[in-house]
Amino acid sequence: MSKSITPKLSAFNRQSFVGFATIVQREVRRFCRIWVQTLVPPIITMALYFVIFGHLIGSRIGTIEGYPYMQYIVSGLVMMSVITNSYANVVTSFFSSKFQRNIEEMIVAPIPNIMILLGFVVGGMTRGLLTGIIVMVVALFFTHIQIHNVWITLSIVLLASMLFSIAGFVNAMYAKKFDDVSIVPTFVLTPLTYFGGVFYSIDMLPGFWQHASLINPILYIVNAFRFGILGISDINVGFAFGIIILFSAGFFIFAMRLLNKGVGIRS
Amino acid sequence: MKALEIRQLTKVYAGGHQALNGIDLDVSEGEFFALLGPNGAGKTTTIGIITSLVNKTAGQVSVFGYDIDTQLEAAKSQIGLVPQEFNFNVFEKVMHILITQAGYYGIPAKLANERAEKYLKKLGLWDKRNVQARELSGGMKRRLMIARALVHEPKLLILDEPTAGVDIELRRSMWDFLREINAQGITIILTTHYLEEAEALCRKIAIINQGNIITHEGMDSLLRKLHVETFILYLKNELWELPDLGEFNGYLENKCTLAVDVQRDQSMNDLFAVLAQHNIEVQSMRNKANRLEEMFIKMIAKGEEVDNV
Ligand SMILES: Nc1ncnc2c1ncn2[C@@H]1O[C@H](COP(=O)(O)OP(=O)(O)OP(=O)(O)O)[C@@H](O)[C@H]1O
Ligand SMILES: [Mg+2]
Repeated sequence: MSKSITPKLSAFNRQSFVGFATIVQREVRRFCRIWVQTLVPPIITMALYFVIFGHLIGSRIGTIEGYPYMQYIVSGLVMMSVITNSYANVVTSFFSSKFQRNIEEMIVAPIPNIMILLGFVVGGMTRGLLTGIIVMVVALFFTHIQIHNVWITLSIVLLASMLFSIAGFVNAMYAKKFDDVSIVPTFVLTPLTYFGGVFYSIDMLPGFWQHASLINPILYIVNAFRFGILGISDINVGFAFGIIILFSAGFFIFAMRLLNKGVGIRS
Repeated sequence: MKALEIRQLTKVYAGGHQALNGIDLDVSEGEFFALLGPNGAGKTTTIGIITSLVNKTAGQVSVFGYDIDTQLEAAKSQIGLVPQEFNFNVFEKVMHILITQAGYYGIPAKLANERAEKYLKKLGLWDKRNVQARELSGGMKRRLMIARALVHEPKLLILDEPTAGVDIELRRSMWDFLREINAQGITIILTTHYLEEAEALCRKIAIINQGNIITHEGMDSLLRKLHVETFILYLKNELWELPDLGEFNGYLENKCTLAVDVQRDQSMNDLFAVLAQHNIEVQSMRNKANRLEEMFIKMIAKGEEVDNV
């Protein structure tokens, strides 16, 4: 058994910062290189959502909490793209590094594990943020957007993409084959997103489901973001931030532990 | 100074397979060292542990005095690894692969670029710098991995079967290159199946089989311990059956080629005397290539020290 090298302050020196920056660069280069698979799909999907749900169906629905349906779902849809893209970026990139074994380039180098994790996470956040901006721009073709609170909006985007980047990392550590990469997004992430108040307010749900929805972290993210844009939320925004930070910290510690043990990367 | 010191290194894989049974290994600074062994002997496992790719079960490893348990990062900085199998991202450009690897070692971008240029040129890949790695030939991929292993200028270069699948010409030029960087002071450890490679390059050798080191010494003393050398004699006239060679052990490879084992305490004069008795004229003669190979096979068959061959 090799002793796990717990993160020390010595991990934060110039040398390991260069290592971290290198991973981020590599990650950005990767999703830019395959932009047709990474940056274009959210444009198409979101445009379809806006046309069909926002425009065609939304015009029959009328308003939710005083806002046209289109404006109401924009915030949810932006968040949905941010989450899925952050997650997808880290899970695919890290898993293919394992699969092609170029992860070994990092393991043999004196780069601290915490910097490996942070590098992938910041890479995922960059893709998340970029996707968020792109989708926002697409939304502008369908409706006008006025941002109620820029700081809340921006920080919730960053926090959410951080949380789902870390979660994607954990998924990739456990993944043994490509199927394992898509299982979580299909069976967990998508349902949670659809039940996370993207398309409706939980006030519209019967009592039990209102309460059940509260265990869904995506609900907090979507509502906090909606508050940033529209100034309305089903739940307390401060509480939402707290929940997201708590989940992130939990996943971060867990990911570090897997990395130190070398789960799925060292035999 | 010891470049590498391994004590009682043991590895049991998750499935319960014991790949290393407490091996000891010492490599001094500046040495050109060969680790030989058949398939599945534990060479890659040993290298994996030294380079953190494999968790050890027990034992100690230190690299230039840095213990991998307590000073892992310092130990890692000393080593450059050329792995057995291609392990770069095939979609990355050659230049990016080197710069990225340098970055992982904490080398800032400007210096990383200079180093990448230097080593790509040295390994004849500079023309290919903007090509995706998947477009390289097998030999180029090997050279790419060597360049990548050198980009942080390690003191210890470890190569796991670097010439597998490489043609003779490229193999020779790789040998020259490795000799050159060894002469510049880089300690080299290499594993190989080509035993002539170890003989040509290395002054020190260890032979590993089934997770045990069965010999660990200088190449010369190892070869001196050979009890038997085989000579191939090319005959002037065809020989239809094997004559009685008395104390010598021989066999006909074909009608004009006779192979004879000569024990260390026998003399060539006696051999020629016997041949003369049978009127056998020898046109030319050579020492059978790969003495090491012979010994290697014998030792492995016995699983014993070389003295008992
Ligand atoms: N990840 C692993 N899990 C389980 N067993 C393994 C693993 N890697 C290697 N082994 C086993 O450990 C033993 C030593 O393997 P190793 O790769 O070290 O041999 P090697 O000397 O490098 O052989 P080769 O010359 O074929 O490369 C083999 O029996 C192999 O099957
Ligand atoms: Mg091997």
